[in-house]
Amino acid sequence: MDIDIIKESIPAIAQALPVTIALVSISLFFGFFLAVIVALSRLSRHNFLNKPAYIFVYIFRSTPLLIQMFLIYYGSGQFRDELDSIGLWQFFKEPWFCAILSLTLNTGAYTSEIIRGGIQSVSLGLLEAGKACGMSTIQLFRRITFPLAMRQALPGYGNEVILMVKSTSLASTITIMDMTGVYKEISSDYFSPFEPLIIAGAFYLALNYIITIAVSSAEKRLSLETR
Amino acid sequence: MDLTILSWGADGWGDEFFYATLITISVALCSFAFGIVLAVGATAMKLSKYRTLRALANGYTTIIRGIPELLIIYLIFYGGNSLLMSIAKGAFNYTEYIELPIFLMGVLCIGLSSGAYSTEVIRGAVLAVPVGTIEAAKAIGMNTSTRLRRILFPQVVRFALPGLGNVWQLTLKETSLISVIGLAEIVRIAQIGAGSEKQPFTFFLMGLVLFLGLAFISDRGYLSIEKWSNRGVRNS
Repeated sequence: MDIDIIKESIPAIAQALPVTIALVSISLFFGFFLAVIVALSRLSRHNFLNKPAYIFVYIFRSTPLLIQMFLIYYGSGQFRDELDSIGLWQFFKEPWFCAILSLTLNTGAYTSEIIRGGIQSVSLGLLEAGKACGMSTIQLFRRITFPLAMRQALPGYGNEVILMVKSTSLASTITIMDMTGVYKEISSDYFSPFEPLIIAGAFYLALNYIITIAVSSAEKRLSLETR
Repeated sequence: MDLTILSWGADGWGDEFFYATLITISVALCSFAFGIVLAVGATAMKLSKYRTLRALANGYTTIIRGIPELLIIYLIFYGGNSLLMSIAKGAFNYTEYIELPIFLMGVLCIGLSSGAYSTEVIRGAVLAVPVGTIEAAKAIGMNTSTRLRRILFPQVVRFALPGLGNVWQLTLKETSLISVIGLAEIVRIAQIGAGSEKQPFTFFLMGLVLFLGLAFISDRGYLSIEKWSNRGVRNS
């Protein structure tokens, strides 16, 4: 155990913490909107909405994120001229854009299933009561379905956030220097993978611990009204 | 997009992808099996009456489930050999260079991760076994090993199967991470092909399709296993 490497690793990995947090929060933000749209499409009676949503979810949930990321980042290079002509190449050549796009699509697929479960758990009686009061479909969704579905989905969503924190480490394979990227650099510079692992591992565990605490306190707050 | 590049034989990558798929399947099977072994041990520790054992098992599942798999893979890849060599030197005074085969390293990494998830599944399944069935077995005089074999084990398998199906899908996908240390599984072959044929989209799409196929087959297989395990249950 080399104390000097540990001392060296702490500031280096701490500097990469904002990168990891940015990857997680940006993709969770966009992924959430995507997930709501996909979940609603899957629950729709129209085949032209629920079939594509089902296929999207199936593909993104049953293939590894790594290959999705490579397909978007390296694969887009094959269509460079086409993408250039419609002005999209400037985005696809950026590793940041590709990492966030693949993380967003991936979490969108997983989260949509969690939200779908939440929406389906809302009891019919409440919706009937809403209708009896004369609420419109949009009002029903905004005032009854959505808040109740969110409460139901919260524990599952908490797990998804933790999985996302772990998934962002894959961005290091497409040249982004997040905590895992910096860890790899330090451990190959010093030929000693143990010391920086303690630091990087501690940062990841701390981040996930904070998320766990935040989710469970949110759960408590939301469940007060049911008691 | 030129698909003849994916044909069988010396000009195409079809055979390379076929063998890569076999490697992905074998890494996934070995890691899953290794994970189950770890999980049975960790479950026994978690349910033990000794605090140290419980703490060890909780530490294992918390750490492995809380940090990215990629970190563990890099740790074992960069540090596994030197650790093994220092153990060999200390224990047997063996000073030659030792290198773990990449396949073994991969199974070790993915198995460690798969085991942590399986532990939670198996622990839940053990806790779901009704105490009455164990008491009944005791009452008719079964000894511990008979009780485990005839009463506990069949019920745990049935309760654990849905969760283990999820862990299997997770393990299958995680094998893709082994490509970063160079094992010639699907993603690695797709990378090599993409680099040498300058058609990255075609090759990564092929990899994606292969994983989709594996997931589809797993879904089917899993349904029939679940049916088999529920054969003795009424109304199922």
